[in-house]
Amino acid sequence: MNLPVRTEGLTKRYGGLTAVRNLDLTVRAGEVYGFLGPNGAGKTTTLRMLLGLIRPSAGTVRLLGRTPGAGRLTGVGALIEGPAFYPYLSGRDNLRVLARYAGVGADRVAAVLDLVDLADRAGDRYAGYSLGMKQRLGVAAALLKDPRLLILDEPTNGLDPAGMADMRTLIRRLGAAGSTVLVSSHLLGEVEQVCDRVGVIARGELVAEGSVDELRGAAGLRVLADPPEQAVARARELVGADRVRVVDGGLELTIAPERAAWLNAELVGAGLAVRELRPRERDLEQIFFDLVERGTADVA
Amino acid sequence: MSRSLRAELVKLVRRPAAWLLLAITLALSLIFTYLFPYAGAAGGADGPNTDRALPAMFPDHLVGNSLGGLPVFLGAILLILGVLTVGGEYGWGTWKTVLTQGPTRLEVYAGKLLALALAALAVVLAVFAVGAVAAALIASAEGQPVRWPSAGDLVVGVGAGWLIATMWAMLGAVLAVALRAVALPVGLGLVWMLAVQNLLAAIAAPLVDWVATAQRGLPGPNAGALAAALGAPGDTPGVAATVGGGQAAVVVSAYLVGFAVVGAALLRRRDIG
Repeated sequence: MNLPVRTEGLTKRYGGLTAVRNLDLTVRAGEVYGFLGPNGAGKTTTLRMLLGLIRPSAGTVRLLGRTPGAGRLTGVGALIEGPAFYPYLSGRDNLRVLARYAGVGADRVAAVLDLVDLADRAGDRYAGYSLGMKQRLGVAAALLKDPRLLILDEPTNGLDPAGMADMRTLIRRLGAAGSTVLVSSHLLGEVEQVCDRVGVIARGELVAEGSVDELRGAAGLRVLADPPEQAVARARELVGADRVRVVDGGLELTIAPERAAWLNAELVGAGLAVRELRPRERDLEQIFFDLVERGTADVA
Repeated sequence: MSRSLRAELVKLVRRPAAWLLLAITLALSLIFTYLFPYAGAAGGADGPNTDRALPAMFPDHLVGNSLGGLPVFLGAILLILGVLTVGGEYGWGTWKTVLTQGPTRLEVYAGKLLALALAALAVVLAVFAVGAVAAALIASAEGQPVRWPSAGDLVVGVGAGWLIATMWAMLGAVLAVALRAVALPVGLGLVWMLAVQNLLAAIAAPLVDWVATAQRGLPGPNAGALAAALGAPGDTPGVAATVGGGQAAVVVSAYLVGFAVVGAALLRRRDIG
């Protein structure tokens, strides 16, 4: 399969420090992939290696099926570690210069300025832009080549809430239009809202990968009932012992949340006092911190 | 590479600092080659540069007068331009912005060096043009006939000036790549050109034989020798016929190529931070 992004054993060492360790990353065509991790986890180093800005100490990178070399970034757009442009040029002229490097026409400059809602201020000097405007110009530059693969490093940095919402909409729109998007972030909500799949990196290692739902684990119900021992026994009779766990004095049942009314009726019918019955939903933030702090992939 | 060259030329032409450097170059050239010497000669002043008599400012000395500043102070400005053109990408963090558009590092670097070479040619032509106007005005003011150098001498002079100016710009470029910055390469480059070269020539070379010998292989003395061979006044700082003009041209060319190759190799090998 021709994966837009594929790394095998990707490693970057700086002297005695290993910034990225043995990273196997795959991004599938047409998906929005969230690359999640705390600051300093190795996200930007990984993305820089993907784009050839820094050389891996070990491992391989393939972008859109191509190995490193000339023309490797054809069809790839990127915004890495914040926007950087020439301060003495206007936003439009900055894009025109980049369009020359990219070999795309001036009409594309106008199109991407419209796309990021910056056309009105495109004639202003970049030095006078707000952080949010700079960020939008960075995204515009990444879109210049109408890329099939878009790599965005913390794209909502510096944006106000409305700008963040616009960015999420743009990413979703690009994904819906068939582009593959790899977006790194340390913001869980951002990733949760726009990404089809998520990879979590901590201390340079990929500690989990899957859809947000997969990371959350299987759906279920949480029950508090008295007396607890009888509640456990009855629940195991009803749904099977392997689907019942005792967690923090309550029961966690791996069954469809829609069966809550049935379960309640059965427990009450067995003479148990049900104090609480609600869908079990593992908080993504908690999962993230568990993964990052423990470095384990115990997410199911 | 032509795409990179066009992009680099746009950046260079639109950059206010590039025009400021050109203006300073022309002002320094005009003031120290014509204005002060003319004021001194017209006032009959005696001093260390009394050999710079009025006839030396007439148009037939245009080639030598235009090349005189390039070994040191105009060269320093070209070095600054080289640092700004390459080091600015480090200072603003724009290497990543450019390279993620698809060109290779060497394509971008080659575009920068070609743009610098064209800028150096423009600077040299501008120095010749301003010098020509000043020399013609002085000759007219003194009631002397305006006699220009031959076309061949002008072409050789412009070519030699271009060679020297481009070499200093390449030195600025390689320093910027090596130090991945702007301020430090400018500082070190100027210290070398304005202080170390002069100290070597004025203090060390007369005292130590091997320094005097080694000097003949350094870029500054060879640039000065090339300018001297084409008529630059001997009282100009950095201008001295330490070697022949032919050898100086070869050495300056070798430094130009060497600086370009070393810069390209460093840029290709290193990570872009």
